[in-house]
Amino acid sequence: MSNLDVHGSLEPLPTPVTASTIIEVRQLMKTYRVGEIDVHALNGVDLNVRRGEFLAIIGTSGSGKSTLFNILGGLTPPTSGSVAINGRELHTMSDAERNDLRKRTVGFVFQKYNLLPTLTAEQNIQIVRDVAGRPIAFDERFKEVLEMLGISKRMHHKPRALSGGEQQRVAIARAIVNGPAILLADEPTGNLDTKNSDIVLSLLRDLNKRLGQTILMITHNPEAAAYADRTVQMRDGCVV
Amino acid sequence: MPLSAILRVLVNQLIFANLMHRPVRTLLSMLAIGVEVTMILTLVGVSYGTLDASARRARGIGADVFVRPPGSSAISLSSAPLSEKMVPVLAQEPGVALATGTMVQSMGGFETIQGVDFPAIDKMASTWRKPGDPEKEGFKFTEGTAFQEPDDIIVDEYYARQKKLHPGDHIKLINHDWRVSGIFESGKLARILAPIGTLQRLTGNEGKISAVYLKLTNPKQADAFVAALRGKLNPGDPDHGYQVYTVEDFVSQLSVSNVAMLKDFIYVVIGIATIVGFIVVFMAMYTAVLERTREIGILKAVGAGPTYILNILFRETLMLAILGTVVGIVLTYGTQWLIGHAVPASLVQETVYSWWPIAAAIAIVGAMLGTVVPAMRAVRQDATEALSYE
Ligand SMILES: Nc1ncnc2c1ncn2[C@@H]1O[C@H](COP(=O)(O)OP(=O)(O)O)[C@@H](O)[C@H]1O
Ligand SMILES: [Mg+2]
Repeated sequence: MSNLDVHGSLEPLPTPVTASTIIEVRQLMKTYRVGEIDVHALNGVDLNVRRGEFLAIIGTSGSGKSTLFNILGGLTPPTSGSVAINGRELHTMSDAERNDLRKRTVGFVFQKYNLLPTLTAEQNIQIVRDVAGRPIAFDERFKEVLEMLGISKRMHHKPRALSGGEQQRVAIARAIVNGPAILLADEPTGNLDTKNSDIVLSLLRDLNKRLGQTILMITHNPEAAAYADRTVQMRDGCVV
Repeated sequence: MPLSAILRVLVNQLIFANLMHRPVRTLLSMLAIGVEVTMILTLVGVSYGTLDASARRARGIGADVFVRPPGSSAISLSSAPLSEKMVPVLAQEPGVALATGTMVQSMGGFETIQGVDFPAIDKMASTWRKPGDPEKEGFKFTEGTAFQEPDDIIVDEYYARQKKLHPGDHIKLINHDWRVSGIFESGKLARILAPIGTLQRLTGNEGKISAVYLKLTNPKQADAFVAALRGKLNPGDPDHGYQVYTVEDFVSQLSVSNVAMLKDFIYVVIGIATIVGFIVVFMAMYTAVLERTREIGILKAVGAGPTYILNILFRETLMLAILGTVVGIVLTYGTQWLIGHAVPASLVQETVYSWWPIAAAIAIVGAMLGTVVPAMRAVRQDATEALSYE
């Protein structure tokens, strides 16, 4: 594996800190072609996110929030417009570089936890290290994070033996195990009851405050949005 | 730290879980690959075994040289176009110790009945070249005796077992009622031997034989003897006309690579087996990729590139192919047992270890080819839809 991996630390891999703006989105358009019809999922999104910011994105269903996240993580190409992450334009990257982006810089948390059902909680986290070509053993700092997430005792269970709240906390641990600069959480509490929602939201805020993790969180719920530093609203494929 | 070892454990865990997730599909795939492997190994085993048994039986009579009529092939000894008068003539040749003629009558398929002058052939087989050479012993009867009457036959132990025959039993062959006088230990000539005179009369071949077997006073001279006899029997063109071989030459021709039809047949079966393996693995992996759309999407979302995903899928296939090969080898012992018990006289199946890696390679290549299209689909399919809630 590469020399970057030997320390096995949680810190983001070295990225040039050129500016305090970590995400810069300009005039982003995304059009899906469904049969004969063009669906304009994004209609010229402009957005700046500062390093270390906790940003909530609210908006009605179908307003393009998930599409925006998929583009930020390089999972889907935009139709036009530009996205720069850490000062690097996404459209100038190769496929391999976009994979590297997800290995090192952008972590995802989804509404439906999306854990691999056949692996234990621990293995679900380890395989992300494996994908990134890094040692799969957890270091002390990450063990503390697991403690903080309250799942260190649940590591040897399969997802189906965990509650929804526990699964989502494992998913958060998985998303940050490679120390990404940015965490994209798409309705992370959409499936959780109030109590578990509160736990997850507090954890996200702690990650943001204690580790300086940049977080973008999509939510329907104004109470959830209240945990964030700033809230933007999306409507009809635009940030308003 | 053996990093790569740990990583392998983790991905193996995923592969193992995938295989266990659909046990019926996994078992059927393994079984199909197993059948593919056993098709190849059984055919190869029967080819080698049956040819080896023929070679053993050809050696078992202690002859050094064969003389056969013009235009006959190495495999079929059937038909009787030689004159019996050849026998005393050849017996007079310098260097010949013993000569005896036999005639072979096909009974359809690979089964033959061979007519012999029993005292002469037994004498040839009993004349030891060097003491203790096990292949140079006379006929031994496990039950009964040699021919007592013109309508007696003797059969070898495999034929007796297959047909459940004992001395005194009657059996109808080539439209004639024979009495079994004895059961002999296999390894000499055909599995069914009859008095040559009776067989000649029954088949309208009075005075005709299929081959002459010669025993030489000095077997080391066999090659020179053969060359000289060829020249004498086929004046002007020693390589055509009467066929004269040393027994060792004849035996060395009894190999799979010398039997063009058998070789082609093996290739055809390998082709069919590979296609079957390909189709089964293709369908198994295609459905596996379809139902794992979300799992693959998850891996992509955490940065897994094509190499990582292909690695998982091809290793899963490799595992299936290896397990299937093991199943196939076990099944081949089953077919061997079956053939040994049901038709021991018609077919002999050997375990041909050198073909295990070949069959395994064929199974692996077929399975890998079957994985290419499903794997391409896995690499190409969209990750985002699988990950969204709907
Ligand atoms: N893969 C796709 N193919 C076609 N249309 C899509 C696809 N993904 C999203 N859309 C459409 O794009 C619009 C925005 O969807 P999405 O980004 O999921 O919105 P949100 O997350 O805000 O609910 C919707 O009209 C949706 O139907
Ligand atoms: Mg959405």
